[in-house]
Amino acid sequence: MTSIPQRDAYDVVVIGAGPAGLAAAALTAGAGLATLLVDENMGPGGQVWRAITTTPVKEKRLLGDDYWAGQRLVDDVRASGAEILQRATVWSLDRTLEVGLSIDGGARLVRAKRIILATGALERPFPIPGWTLPGVMTAGAAQTMLKSSGLLPQGRVVVAGQGPLLWLLSAQILRMGGMIDLVLDTADRRNRLRALPHLPPFLTSPYFFKGLAMMREVRARTQVVGGVTSLAARGSGRVEALAYEAGGRRSEIPVDVLLLHQGVVPNVNLAMAAGVRHRWDDVQLCWVPELDERGESSVAGIHVAGDGAGIGGASVAVHRGRIAARAVIEALKPEAGLALADHATLASELARAERGRAFLDVLFQPARQFRIPADETVVCRCEEVTARDIRESVALGATGPNQLKAYRRTGMGPCQGRLCGLTVTELMAEARGRTPAEIGYYRLRAPVKPITLAELASLPKGEDATKAVVRG
Amino acid sequence: MSRDYDVAVVGGGLLGSAIAWGLGRLGQRVCVLDEGDMVKRASRANFALVWVQSKGLGMSAYTRWTVAASNSWPRLAEEIREQTGLDVCFQRNGGFHLALSEEELAQRADTVKRMSEQPGGAAYHFEILGHAEVAKMLPHIGPEVVGGSFCPLDGHVNSLRTFRALHTGLARLGVDYRPDHAVTAISYTGGGFRLTTAGGEIASGKVVLAAGNANETLAPMVGLTAPMGPTRGQVIVTERTAPFLPHPLTTIRQTDEGTVMIGDSKEDALDDSEARLPITSVMADRARRTFPLLGRLNVVRSWAGIRVMPKDGFPIYDQSQTCPGAFVACCHSGVTLAAIHAYELAPMIAAGRLDPDRTGAFSARRFAEAAKDGTDMPAGPHGAWAQEKRNVQAH
Amino acid sequence: MFKRIEEDRRRAVEIFVEGQSVTAREGDTVAAALLASGLDVRRSTAVSGAPRLPYCMMGVCFDCLVTIDGMGNRQGCLVPVREGMRIEIQKGKREIGR
Repeated sequence: MTSIPQRDAYDVVVIGAGPAGLAAAALTAGAGLATLLVDENMGPGGQVWRAITTTPVKEKRLLGDDYWAGQRLVDDVRASGAEILQRATVWSLDRTLEVGLSIDGGARLVRAKRIILATGALERPFPIPGWTLPGVMTAGAAQTMLKSSGLLPQGRVVVAGQGPLLWLLSAQILRMGGMIDLVLDTADRRNRLRALPHLPPFLTSPYFFKGLAMMREVRARTQVVGGVTSLAARGSGRVEALAYEAGGRRSEIPVDVLLLHQGVVPNVNLAMAAGVRHRWDDVQLCWVPELDERGESSVAGIHVAGDGAGIGGASVAVHRGRIAARAVIEALKPEAGLALADHATLASELARAERGRAFLDVLFQPARQFRIPADETVVCRCEEVTARDIRESVALGATGPNQLKAYRRTGMGPCQGRLCGLTVTELMAEARGRTPAEIGYYRLRAPVKPITLAELASLPKGEDATKAVVRG
Repeated sequence: MSRDYDVAVVGGGLLGSAIAWGLGRLGQRVCVLDEGDMVKRASRANFALVWVQSKGLGMSAYTRWTVAASNSWPRLAEEIREQTGLDVCFQRNGGFHLALSEEELAQRADTVKRMSEQPGGAAYHFEILGHAEVAKMLPHIGPEVVGGSFCPLDGHVNSLRTFRALHTGLARLGVDYRPDHAVTAISYTGGGFRLTTAGGEIASGKVVLAAGNANETLAPMVGLTAPMGPTRGQVIVTERTAPFLPHPLTTIRQTDEGTVMIGDSKEDALDDSEARLPITSVMADRARRTFPLLGRLNVVRSWAGIRVMPKDGFPIYDQSQTCPGAFVACCHSGVTLAAIHAYELAPMIAAGRLDPDRTGAFSARRFAEAAKDGTDMPAGPHGAWAQEKRNVQAH
Repeated sequence: MFKRIEEDRRRAVEIFVEGQSVTAREGDTVAAALLASGLDVRRSTAVSGAPRLPYCMMGVCFDCLVTIDGMGNRQGCLVPVREGMRIEIQKGKREIGR
């Protein structure tokens, strides 16, 4: 592992060292292409295989087989000759395929002939009353701490929401000796009927048995309440209680740590800032990049693989990574491509990995009230803007997320819309009687992650640029 | 012919909003026709200075107009606060233009001198200060700052909140703000106007074109001209920081929210889709040399915006001879001039006649006259600042 | 808020939180070490001063902002602990020069 890029230009820059990025970089480097794999975290693995090389949780059964499956991909990429940069933040990517990196407080630009974006997913915003209170975190956050530092939530712990990760995290906490007071399942029961047509392939997919086993494991060891239709965290200065409603009955329980989760959505900020065209996915209820069958986007030379291309999970991500890598190899070094499995084979492997997803996508569509909050709820955590503020701005004439910035500064804080963007789009769509696709999304621009002014000041300038600024 | 409105204002940026607000408070029935979410938005990307120093070199009427605008800003800020409860954080605490070399300072001093010698301008205090004097007022400047010019009339405002306050005020005054109503055609019949828009047809007694650079194409529909020369500028914004900068600079200011804005570059380019990194880098470097501690701050956003810019850099206000009731207004400084647009320009429009004593110099006829006389008019896009730079470099 | 599993055999790393010695483990991020410290590590926001703790732990929410070795507003969830590191809780807006 290097700490600064060894070259100014690469054949391929792969962004993100999760399942898709690891799989892609191993192939391109293995084919002899100069490959740089950059990742923001301390070690490879992305979120799903977080801290796989360093976790203090050594007993394999605790994190499960799906976690340890990542080890082979890490080994492969390390043996492939790819240059791997950890703790490198990508803050810029443009149509010329110039990548802006920030490493240990220093900014650098590298060029690539091809880019594979494998920026993965982030957890869908879960804007309930009180979700900004200290002690309320995402389930993914708890899982990150569990994997990378062997940390278990302490005190009265409630896990609320829905989706596979919610059950996996609960099972892991319980296996490791942690306590969970209550699991509140917000899965919308009306989805079951709608998901029914997708049931047969799901039944023969690995998701089915794994999912059932995990839910059984959790139910055996803690209380689970299903059919939850409302959640509100309360407390003064930190979370102290959680009010919820299930089957028409209201309850309130004391809580120290509340872990929220309602699925994951593609992390699209970098792709959008690079100008990649996205579309609204009516089933997954999020933006996904428009890609051809080889993962290439509307920007020539930029491929997107993994959950950033649409949620599919780790195994789908690996296959998408390979497909993108093969397309890149074919373009840059066709003779090396001949040795690889052909596209038809890769595509059928991908189809096999995707089996059952359609059922999950419909089954776990979050209910409206958990996506489009009531007036008092904070939507933009950075600028502390509520749903009421946004609805009032719509009444004044704000037509979309970009106009809304002018009225309320939503999305203008450091997270750059990652935790409010989807909510804002759906909320404005509802308020204006339009579709999310018509409302659109924040217009994103570099830096997509903050870097210091000194770093920006250190970049190459040139005479034209100096002339455009310096004046008398 | 039925008239939906007394006045249709085309353009809902700061210029159109200020005029519409001024008309609304006079009891006029007004609508504001605006575009959608993704269009170029100069007033959502501006630098928010209420600025006097060095405005109007080459047109003394513009200096007077700017000083009058700056003088009426406190009234505007107070009136919209009373009306909407929103504090737009207008501050007139004096502003600087700092120089990073003796050469830059000499150029600035020359500009100041020629401004003060220009006949017909407004007399206002304006001084050149050395490093030590600047450091007394701006303690964080770096050693490379050799000095700068200071004008106590300069100030700044929260421009996004001004935008929101004006729009809130418009709603209170019963003005209809209609987004997604991009205007594609205007016809003048029977003493009134019909505007074809993306959202349907609108009828009005008068029409005000306040659509920024788009005025160039709209103006001929009502017998007017508005020669524009838009330029591109970039802005960098940092994270929120505790107050450290008590005065705004032409290129750096700290907002009431704590963020630090750094601008402005100028290019003759019209693509605002991405900021150019080399330019961002030059801007960041100059800002860091001006205030070394800025280097440690995180940049959270940067963008490129297209400046609304009449071809010679000075405002255009005009009324149509062939279509009475049609007006055009465009200027670069929609923030600085907001108060005068609300309190002086709007009443003239309501009365149906621009006052030649106040706005005569701003008629677009100057472009035709210059062409006829063979006067050396700027050929390409030029802003007030570009004009200034050109003049400066000529010496 | 969080406790360590017993089988954690990683090397201890001493950091200082508001001057107080805290034992973290090699491989912890600053944010994880703070949440495991048992101390009140709530920051306050630059907008309203509301108290916050880390929310996402994966670098996207910016609720883990913290002053590390005198440098303000750093993402605690992306920075590994180092022996002797000095941490201050971020209260409100960052100050220039910090």
